Amino acid sequence: MTQSQSSPTAVAASAPQPDSAPKPTTAPQATKTGAFLEVRNLSVKFPTDDGVVAAVNGMDFTLERGQTLGIVGESGSGKSVTSQALMGLLKGTSAQVTGEAIFQGRDLVTLPESGMRRLRGRNIGMIFQDPLSALHPFYTVGHQIAEAYLVHNKATKKQARAAAVDMLGRVGIPSPDMRFDEYPHHFSGGMRQRAMIAMALICEPELLIADEPTTALDVTVQAQILDLMSELQQETNSALILITHDLGVVAEVCDNVLVMYGGQCVESGPVDEIFYDTRHPYTLGLLKSMPTLTTKSGRLNPIPGQPPSLLALPQGCIFSARCEHAALAGDGVCASQRPQFTSEDGHGTRCHLGLPQILSIRNSR
Amino acid sequence: MEQHAILQVENLQKHFPIKSGLLAPGGKRTVKAVDGVSFSLERGKTLGLVGESGCGKSTTGRMIARLMDPTAGRIMVDGVDISQLRGKDLYHFRRKVQMIFQDPFASLNPRQSIGTAIAAPMVAQKITPPGGLKNRVKELLEQVGLKAEHYNRFPHEFSGGQRQRVGIARAISLNPSVIVCDEPVSALDVSVQAQVVNLLQEIQQDTGVSYIFIAHDLSVVRHISDEVAVMYLGKMVEQGSRDELFAGPRHPYTRALLSAVPLPDPRQARAQEKIRLRGDLPSPANPPSGCVFRTRCPLFGTLGEEQRQLCIDVVPAPAVAGSPACHHTALAGPLAAGVQ
Repeated sequence: MTQSQSSPTAVAASAPQPDSAPKPTTAPQATKTGAFLEVRNLSVKFPTDDGVVAAVNGMDFTLERGQTLGIVGESGSGKSVTSQALMGLLKGTSAQVTGEAIFQGRDLVTLPESGMRRLRGRNIGMIFQDPLSALHPFYTVGHQIAEAYLVHNKATKKQARAAAVDMLGRVGIPSPDMRFDEYPHHFSGGMRQRAMIAMALICEPELLIADEPTTALDVTVQAQILDLMSELQQETNSALILITHDLGVVAEVCDNVLVMYGGQCVESGPVDEIFYDTRHPYTLGLLKSMPTLTTKSGRLNPIPGQPPSLLALPQGCIFSARCEHAALAGDGVCASQRPQFTSEDGHGTRCHLGLPQILSIRNSR
Repeated sequence: MEQHAILQVENLQKHFPIKSGLLAPGGKRTVKAVDGVSFSLERGKTLGLVGESGCGKSTTGRMIARLMDPTAGRIMVDGVDISQLRGKDLYHFRRKVQMIFQDPFASLNPRQSIGTAIAAPMVAQKITPPGGLKNRVKELLEQVGLKAEHYNRFPHEFSGGQRQRVGIARAISLNPSVIVCDEPVSALDVSVQAQVVNLLQEIQQDTGVSYIFIAHDLSVVRHISDEVAVMYLGKMVEQGSRDELFAGPRHPYTRALLSAVPLPDPRQARAQEKIRLRGDLPSPANPPSGCVFRTRCPLFGTLGEEQRQLCIDVVPAPAVAGSPACHHTALAGPLAAGVQ
């Protein structure tokens, strides 16, 4: 692990200053590594009456500008909690967040709320799944978009309105000047999600976290929104973390993929490798269990069993109880020992099975 | 063919009146949630009903199960029109058509044990199975992949997939001829979704039940259906056999819908022809004149003045098998869909 040290020059180099308003320059922690976002050993635990829920257990990943990282997993795999930890939304709750998340030289885990407030909206934007509950029903859509601009820029209300109207137009809302004064309930589901995107992007954040941004939408609108997000990302060269359970969405828009199971990353790598050179039994199982528009019908191949309880994670590999190939590793190692995450050329996996064994499993299906 | 059809729907309509008042004057207006839908379903087969939210697919399903009364049209189940049944006749009809709902969390009473929930339809219909009610419920539990000892448990002790199995057990308890499945796997994770889809198919093979499978996930529909019907704004726009429809969709809406499905295959996703619809679904309270799809139709922009006027003035004939509800299908040619 890189030694943490305070180095103002490193911070200045890694955080380009926009001319509109100065960004925070003091950093509690800065690193020498050049990664735009580097998450190391991130864990989140929630103490509850029934015990400690281990929602995220040691996540590691890096992200560069202009890249899209897809985080996939089923419900309860910890993907949303990961994003909430990055946004500092778990601060002030009972959640115990440990590890590091270095974003442009600042550790998002230890950054106090005041520092986080300066980053949120300006440097890191977030799009939530359900735009109806994320928008305030009493304020006009325009007001809510302009608010983000006013908070982070020294601007008059008039300038903020102009910026918001411009942004509404850019996300494809017709007659934005009129729509500015309408309320969320006047908007359709797709338009609300566009408004959410406008709100997240109005300060042109370098990092955008989208948590299931299209799950509540119909496929035709989903396609529009995904196109829009890719377009805007290319325009601003920002980094995008896309959290989804839909492998189809991942295949369409992501450069890199991280597959989560039981709060751990079980496989990560470039999108083509995840789909065509799959190396973890869980990812294999996910891909095999999906009906697609092109597969021949017959029986589907579900993954047997249920996801593990986060209250009592198994001693060994978290996936071992549902893994059909655990016997191949021998000695019951899958049930007794947590596998390490090993990575080769950017494609990593957390499994006791060696590559030859994985290859034979893949070919036997 | 007519003899085999277990279910035949003819010109089914459901219109909801819009309340007008001081603040919203406008006389008597209606939302045409379902407007002239016809199809038939053969014994032991599955009809997939697809479309965007608000297209009327759930309303259609609910009318077939008579959870809603149709405004007009006929619903023939086993040769008998059930659309106007009342009282005792309706009560007896309930055995023939059952329903599986989308949300396994909302469709089970949290204070009722699983056993009681599954027995409820049999109790309501005053059926005493040979061997007793309790034994029959345990049999059903095992049939859907749960255990007999789950009888006394409560819904909160089960996962989403298991709850959906309970919903399935309840639906098959009366040996219905048709089950209307309204988005039965949409709330489930992929790995669990496959388990439930397999279970539905096993039950169909064992009992010969027919399914109306309502879903917005086209890949699941393709997997499970024999016939597929596509709806848009209350109208049937295209229907046909599964293979025909997916291999060569002819209505511009079907094509756009298919091309919008994200494929879990990066190379194919990049190569796929993408037809993007502009805008959102028009309000069903104020649908466009003529062809309801014309405001979003990718074909409309390419048409000549006269052809456009046809779309604006004339409502296309509702789709029947092999003939989509479009004035200009011929123009679009044998469209090679993005799906091979």
